[in-house]
Amino acid sequence: MLTAECQEMFNDTVLKEIDEIRGKYPDRKSALLPALYVAQREFGWLSDEAMMSVSRALNLPEAMVRGTASFYSMFRHAPVGRHLIQLCTNVSCMILGAEKLIDFLQSTYGVRPGGTSQDGRFSLVVMECIGACGTAPAMLVNTDFHDNLTETTIEEILERYK
Amino acid sequence: METILLKNTDNPNAADIEEYLKAGGYSSLAKALERQPKDVIEEVKNSGLRGRGGAGFPTAMKWNFAVADPKFPKYLICNADEGEPGTFKDRPILEKNPHLLIEGMVISGYALGAEHGYIYLRGEYPDARDILDRAIQQAYAKNYLGDNILGKGVTFTLSVHQGAGAYICGEETALIESIEGKKGQPRNKPPFPVNSGAWAMPTIVNNVETLSNVPYILEAGGKAYSSIGSKDCPGPKLFCVSGCVNKPGVYELPMGTSLKSIIYDYAGGMRNGAKLKAVIPGGISTPVLPADSIDCAMDFVSMPKAGSMLGSGAVIVMDESVCMVKVTYRALKFFEHESCGKCVPCREGTEWLRKILERMERGSGREGDIELLSEVAGIMSGRTFCPLGDGAAGVVLGMLRHFRNEFEEHIKNAKCVFS
Repeated sequence: MLTAECQEMFNDTVLKEIDEIRGKYPDRKSALLPALYVAQREFGWLSDEAMMSVSRALNLPEAMVRGTASFYSMFRHAPVGRHLIQLCTNVSCMILGAEKLIDFLQSTYGVRPGGTSQDGRFSLVVMECIGACGTAPAMLVNTDFHDNLTETTIEEILERYK
Repeated sequence: METILLKNTDNPNAADIEEYLKAGGYSSLAKALERQPKDVIEEVKNSGLRGRGGAGFPTAMKWNFAVADPKFPKYLICNADEGEPGTFKDRPILEKNPHLLIEGMVISGYALGAEHGYIYLRGEYPDARDILDRAIQQAYAKNYLGDNILGKGVTFTLSVHQGAGAYICGEETALIESIEGKKGQPRNKPPFPVNSGAWAMPTIVNNVETLSNVPYILEAGGKAYSSIGSKDCPGPKLFCVSGCVNKPGVYELPMGTSLKSIIYDYAGGMRNGAKLKAVIPGGISTPVLPADSIDCAMDFVSMPKAGSMLGSGAVIVMDESVCMVKVTYRALKFFEHESCGKCVPCREGTEWLRKILERMERGSGREGDIELLSEVAGIMSGRTFCPLGDGAAGVVLGMLRHFRNEFEEHIKNAKCVFS
């Protein structure tokens, strides 16, 4: 639960950024999704404090902020590792072997779907389609696209993310 | 064929405004602003352009509904929430030809009397976000966006609104809810968005590909455009091919190109010489077609006659090694995850279908499960709040229609023979 001890987490620069986002819409609640993205960028995930800060910055009820934040799968409600692997397993990627890559990630890095490796290096999220079906199987690591994945290439790629 | 939508995209700097201008970009906007808004709509009407998001609704008709509504301001929203599995056709426009879309939106906004535009971009396209932001900045700097565009007293503002991983937001009323900062749950219709959409104002939601056709229509004229492709639904169409083919990718071809030709003449035929088993022709929500039913014209009119739909033009090709029960199971896992939870038939139905399919695929299918699948899917059909649930049911029913034997074998053998 949120309590009075929750601290405002946004500094002035971030508050100004949210204010500018507000200016793009006819009302302040429409700035909620972009503001949640800002909060997630700042803190890595949407903690109670982060959501409360969004609620205050936009002067919106906390219930609305929580409701919206919980609906969308790209908003994170727990801390993630240093690098977030989002691997697609939908039909086009599945046909070309995406499921084997999940097993490979699990055995090589100790990271399970929805979990984080013990060393905190990787978190893994199984994605629905990421729009890279023509170069399947594909994944996003943080915001970088990688496609035509095999066990060999996935290992080479992940070497770059320490 | 001369490409219209993917024009110049082999140029690595195509997304830069200078390159776009060199290739004649924004000249169509200048032409459009010389004409009356109603004449611009008339040109689009003459072109026969139909929405490329999947429904194929005549674009000019949608526009005229919004224009006829006296409320102001009006909003133009570009649906770039390309989330239908198998679909990656809008991505090359967003990442390589963003100014084509922007030009299309400014022209459309002018025709509609809409001064504000938003591009609702799916969250999974971070590169497109950066590219669009930069392109929009460039367009503002050159006064193709903003106030008094090209000195004609026309205003159009544009910004990107990033979704956050909800497939349902591709449905236009859910998309509008999402822009308004809410959960992406579809709204009751009527009122339709053209009368009461974003912020209760007349709102036109058009797909990326639809809007990207507009500059060419104004440039070449509606009549010339209507001579491309199928008579009833003309124009170029982006087909994105994935799965077991030699050359997967996005192909710009005349609307009505045959599915067979797309697979064999353009996508290079089957990988490793494998035998074709089935094709999902328009994204995962469209019913599957068996190998002997692919001699059909890919357009909005012909595909329903062939037993499926054009959908987003996302062609997923499957060879003999692919298990149809597993594909159906994976599809339903997706629909269950993406059901917004608003209506019971979809929320419960997708979960039950997934559960039954999962046990079949794992070798625990029960006698009567096939009938149960048909019954649950039958109950869902036509009874869900939006097309998501209908699509999910249609996938199951289509698979059972053409590949019932595979489902039977899974139960009989108590295992998946493909794994």
